[in-house]
Amino acid sequence: MEQQRESTTLGMWIFLVTEIMFFGGLFTAYLIYRTAHPDVWEMGSQHMEFKWGTINTVILLTSSFTVALSVHFAQLGKTKLTALLLLLTVIMGCGFLGIKAIEYHNHYVEGTVPGHWWHYYEVENPDGTKSQAPQQLQLFFFIYFVMTGLHALHVTIGIVLLAIIALWAWQGKYTAEYHNPVHISGLYWHFVDLVWIFLYPLLYLIANKHS
Amino acid sequence: MATNAITEPVERDNYLNAGYGIKSWLLTTDHKRIAILYLISITAMFFIGGFFATMIRLQLLTPQGDLMSHDTYNKVFTMHGIVMVFFFLIPSIPATLGNFLIPMMIGAKDLAFPRINLLSWYIYIISACLMIYVILNGGVDTGWTFYTPFSTTFSNTNVMLAGVAIFINGFSSILTGLNFIVTTHRMRAPGMTWNRLPLFVWSHYATSVIQVLGTPVIAITLALVAIERVWHVGIFDPKVGGDPVLFQHLFWFYSHPAVYIMILPSMAVISELVTCFSRKRIFGYSFVALASIGIAVLGFLVWAHHMFVAGISAYAALVFSLMSYFVAVPSAIKVFNWTATMYKGNISLRTPMLYALGFIGLFTMGGMTGLFLACLGIDVHVTDTYFVIAHFHFIMVGGAVMAYLGGIHFWWPKITGRMYPDGWGKIAAGLVFIGFNLTFLPQFVLGYVGMPRRYAAYKPEFQVFNVLSTAGASILAVGYLLPLVYLLWSLRYGEIAGDNPWAAQGLEWKTSSPPPTFNFDETPVVTWEAYEYDHLPKEVPVVG
Amino acid sequence: MSEHVLPIRIYTIVFVVLMALMILTAFLSTVPMGRELNTIVALFIAAIKATLVLMFFMHLKYESYQLSAVVFAAGLFWLLIFFGMTLVDYLTRVRMGVPGH
Repeated sequence: MEQQRESTTLGMWIFLVTEIMFFGGLFTAYLIYRTAHPDVWEMGSQHMEFKWGTINTVILLTSSFTVALSVHFAQLGKTKLTALLLLLTVIMGCGFLGIKAIEYHNHYVEGTVPGHWWHYYEVENPDGTKSQAPQQLQLFFFIYFVMTGLHALHVTIGIVLLAIIALWAWQGKYTAEYHNPVHISGLYWHFVDLVWIFLYPLLYLIANKHS
Repeated sequence: MATNAITEPVERDNYLNAGYGIKSWLLTTDHKRIAILYLISITAMFFIGGFFATMIRLQLLTPQGDLMSHDTYNKVFTMHGIVMVFFFLIPSIPATLGNFLIPMMIGAKDLAFPRINLLSWYIYIISACLMIYVILNGGVDTGWTFYTPFSTTFSNTNVMLAGVAIFINGFSSILTGLNFIVTTHRMRAPGMTWNRLPLFVWSHYATSVIQVLGTPVIAITLALVAIERVWHVGIFDPKVGGDPVLFQHLFWFYSHPAVYIMILPSMAVISELVTCFSRKRIFGYSFVALASIGIAVLGFLVWAHHMFVAGISAYAALVFSLMSYFVAVPSAIKVFNWTATMYKGNISLRTPMLYALGFIGLFTMGGMTGLFLACLGIDVHVTDTYFVIAHFHFIMVGGAVMAYLGGIHFWWPKITGRMYPDGWGKIAAGLVFIGFNLTFLPQFVLGYVGMPRRYAAYKPEFQVFNVLSTAGASILAVGYLLPLVYLLWSLRYGEIAGDNPWAAQGLEWKTSSPPPTFNFDETPVVTWEAYEYDHLPKEVPVVG
Repeated sequence: MSEHVLPIRIYTIVFVVLMALMILTAFLSTVPMGRELNTIVALFIAAIKATLVLMFFMHLKYESYQLSAVVFAAGLFWLLIFFGMTLVDYLTRVRMGVPGH
């Protein structure tokens, strides 16, 4: 059992490394383009809604806490508590997705969804005059949508995964001796949180916010 | 009493007769059966890729190229590249020989995650079916390298679907690598320390590290290309400040280490063949083991040598050129060590050894020409010419495919319990060697005198070499088709092979041929070092 | 069973620290420090948060089988290789003039 636990845990860590490299391609693109167009990046960040981003960060950090607790109770064999905490995590995950939906909708209305739906042309200058938005702003938003979209996809997968594990935990499938699926699903969720911990400052906190 | 090879002797229980019927194969979790499933699928994809190669060589028989339109030719070489790289070379040895042998070589019953192993085969099949659909639906014409902005904006072929197929295929590769890493760490039999592992396992471990670290990057890169095609704007689009060269960085970050995914398992096979057929320990075990790891690590630091003329800075070109010289060192160490192993050994020129010797010579030539390409001054002249094509075919075909065939011929008796006729094996090996050299040596010349790659037509003065190349390809084709015939023949009529027909060292030879489902009747306890050939017969027994 | 069971107290403390760091990073983003410094500070705090999640919530500090930590560290290192070597190109690009003009 111990060997199996260590094997599946190792397997999940290796899988998380593949996810790091998967997101890594996007982070590299972000890095290159931010170095090339720092002003546009700051401009783009000003279009991010600071309050929603911050609330989402709080949500994800809290959900990591509840998931860690659920694994803790699984270790102690308290499977009903495990299931409840996982359910709480799932609900918070849905909250995260809901807020992202609001943000995406706001961007759509504002006209900053790249490509066919882009109709954001005027930028307010500090002296009150308007000028055309730089083309590179579309680049920023493309990266924003792909990175947060991919992240949201992983959140969705995590939600489904944790919901299933919660159901099985409630049905008493896990014990103090065997609860590895809870553990490794928790690891997956923590990873999703880790990515957001970096996405938040990189996307939302570039420009100075005077809130 | 003479054994009549036609009558079936009483068979022990083994993995082949453990269950009959399609379900027992399609729902198996036995790594050996999964290896056979892969073997069949990969062979099919090889011949599909080979079909496209045939079309290329036929087109290039004449300077005007009147066999097909230029647009069709673009599709043909693209599909040849995609099918051969992603659907044959990358999975070939790991998914067939690696899957079959690694648990046995370490004394385990199966891999760490048998069901994930089966899943990786299904993922491969789904991606292969998708790619076959793409082929039937008109193919792709961007080159297997999918360079932007042609692939994102201007090509009107099935780029997105092809990208999705390769994306899915990547997961098969990742899961195999993940499985091998965990298996090697966790499932070794008592006494099987890292330093007693066959070098086959070391090389596959290094391969798996590359698979796990690199494949996700090609996945995200092709996903971005697909998204750009759908969205009509994106991060490689210069109109919005994007950089097409960034695509190349992202693409080659995987695709260069990918070539090490293709060659490391081949080197794994060669280590086993050279020791068995020289009846000697490997020279410098630690050096060969660590060289595998060195190749895996250094292989990630050289990718922009594919981009010397793409528009990267001169400084970056310098750095990557230097790193490319370094990466040749561990490969060279391996070649020296194999050669030193053969020195004063008792060499038997059986079929597998012929392939191994072919590998050593041809891989060395391919590797050296790689060094020529790493040199900036030469690369500017020969990049995007047939010189590059010859270089990588020497390594991929003269190296990887020959090692694959050598491995199949070496472990065939273990996998099937039957021996093929060695005479025919040698003929096929000879044809492959001669055909290969005739196909690709002229291409070095062609590239050097200026024939560009991916061109459907060429200047008339290049025709002689092109004709030679096509002639060689036809011989090569015969060399590849022959094993299909005699190996399949051996399944029914071949001599029954014993447990260890080659008198080889290694745990896989200590169990029956074909092995039982759980590999060993009892878990072995290892108290000997790898390659202790001093205790084994000085001659390879005559079989086949 | 050699699996280490962490007391709830530890998780709670880590959570509180994470929240504090989050408030800190949000606050510091409103303090003008120059674009580069703002970014460095924000990423530094993010790295601390990430380390806390890795070590405690994901148990890396307590795993008796240390290979997982090595694996993850390798992944991070490879990511840095990716960033670094790509930047080698982009940071050294010079606008080339046309010879003779």
